[in-house]
Amino acid sequence: MKLSDQFEARLAEMLTHYPTKRSALVPTLLYAQDELGFLTDEVIAELAQRLDLTELEVRNVISYYSMLTTKPRGRYNVQICTNIACMLRGGQEILEHCERKLGVGHKGTTADGIFSLEEVECIGACSWAPAAQVNYDFHENLTTEKIETVLEEYKKKAP
Amino acid sequence: MATLVSHPDEVRVVSKRFGMGATNIDRYLELEGYRAVQKALGMDADAIISEVKNSGLRGRGGAGFNTGMKWSFVPKQSAKPKYVLCNGDESEPGTCKDRLIFEHDPHSVIEGVMIAAIAVASHTGYIYIRGEYRYLSEIMQRALADAYAKGFLGKNVFGSGYDLDIYWHGGAGAYEVGEESALMESLEGKRGIPRIRPPFPAVVGLWGGPTVINNAETLASVPHIILGGAEWYANLGPPKNGGTRLFCLSGNLERPGVYELPMGYNLRKMIYDVGGGIPGGKKLKAVVPGGSSTPCLTANEIDVSMDFDSLAKAGSMLGSGGVVVLDESTCVVKFALRTMKFYQHESCGWCIPCREGTDWLKKTLTRFHAGGGLRKDIDNIQYLSENMLGRTFCPLGDAAAMPTIAFVKKFRKEFEDHLEGRPCPFEKGAVEQLPVLV
Repeated sequence: MKLSDQFEARLAEMLTHYPTKRSALVPTLLYAQDELGFLTDEVIAELAQRLDLTELEVRNVISYYSMLTTKPRGRYNVQICTNIACMLRGGQEILEHCERKLGVGHKGTTADGIFSLEEVECIGACSWAPAAQVNYDFHENLTTEKIETVLEEYKKKAP
Repeated sequence: MATLVSHPDEVRVVSKRFGMGATNIDRYLELEGYRAVQKALGMDADAIISEVKNSGLRGRGGAGFNTGMKWSFVPKQSAKPKYVLCNGDESEPGTCKDRLIFEHDPHSVIEGVMIAAIAVASHTGYIYIRGEYRYLSEIMQRALADAYAKGFLGKNVFGSGYDLDIYWHGGAGAYEVGEESALMESLEGKRGIPRIRPPFPAVVGLWGGPTVINNAETLASVPHIILGGAEWYANLGPPKNGGTRLFCLSGNLERPGVYELPMGYNLRKMIYDVGGGIPGGKKLKAVVPGGSSTPCLTANEIDVSMDFDSLAKAGSMLGSGGVVVLDESTCVVKFALRTMKFYQHESCGWCIPCREGTDWLKKTLTRFHAGGGLRKDIDNIQYLSENMLGRTFCPLGDAAAMPTIAFVKKFRKEFEDHLEGRPCPFEKGAVEQLPVLV
């Protein structure tokens, strides 16, 4: 299967960093997922073969890490933190607002495939709570109005 | 990205280059960068270790173990390669300090890893950054490439004849991986399941080689100690608690933020002066002083010095420096439930007391908060938690149990207020009332 040149270059370099090929697995899975949207059967088979692992071993690792997924999701994954520091400053309200706006619940994807929603654990933005990540971008000191603007901006960016 | 704050009581050591463009290697060099490692290269390895030991620097990840002591456990001779592993998996709820270090001063972490490597005669280091911090991984990869380009890393660093490689590594979402043995499993490309100890990582670590594992803030402190001296650093804090700490103030505060304060700073002052007190003139109910796993302190217990030993004496822990403030309108049962929901989600399932304990506690607290609790549940919550303590491979079980025990002990009345089908007294009628169990 074809992955980007950047992916190939990165993997080739990473493999020189460790005494075992397997060590490159976790960051490589995340980079592959960034390109494909989710970890397909094909990419799992490909990476297993390249890292001298069985598919089962790769799937065993995937199921452990919360950011890795074998199911398709929206172009923009809206991750709302509701952990303690965010909870104290209205994280739950932000999540509920997103549920209403997007019409989906936890791990749901909108019909147009633009957004998926996820309630996540602490993302390390406690002093700037409530906070969310859309894919890898942080959005902090949120209010319901602010998250609405954030969602609108992503919607405009979607092709 | 994250907003910086300041306060006159701050003593800036680890944060002294924040906001000064030090991600740029030339700027970092102007700001005394890479001087400490050059000094260390001219020092005897034992002298580096004793300098760090005498500085009183203790693990900033939460356990608070003396860093120099940890380094001294690494055997001098080893058939297998030795490694240094920087723990940047920061995931403890309430903690957001390593993020700022990586964002503003990535080279200080690299320099800390270099000095640790020189001290234990290791030639390979890894900087592990959690998967969610993608932008920081990019900053770090860039910083490492710049350091290689200048000849600070690789073969013959600074012309010393010493070879040293440092690599970046990334996670993909797992709190458990912040625990040292699970961190090594993750770096080896496996599920982050803890290893039994002994043997400790200093003897048998990554790929079986002796490994030093330190938190990012700990390692970022090391260059300052080498340049400023152990005595200067130790004197910044109370005895045996050297230096400063990045305290992450969050929750119901006027001015939340990450502030670098001397070890031993008074908690009351931290809340009411540094953090600006509680908004809306509300009263303080409780403080979680060092990240979600540390037992809470009540409003009557905040005249305490924020250092490892004083907080241990007060029945809590300094932990990871995450100070979470709860005002009087917070429901402690709900807070305990949210804390447990986190640990239940993050338990790797390897040890039964943690896997089952967190699950049952989450179920019980959910029912309890919704008004379906029984009086005997209150003692059961405490009993279940106490039975998790010390019965797991890693401290995640303890981390879930310790705060829960404190919530029940210190706020028993609030648990009683949820009994007999009464919905949460703090919610505005949002909770559905459950049928009363008998």
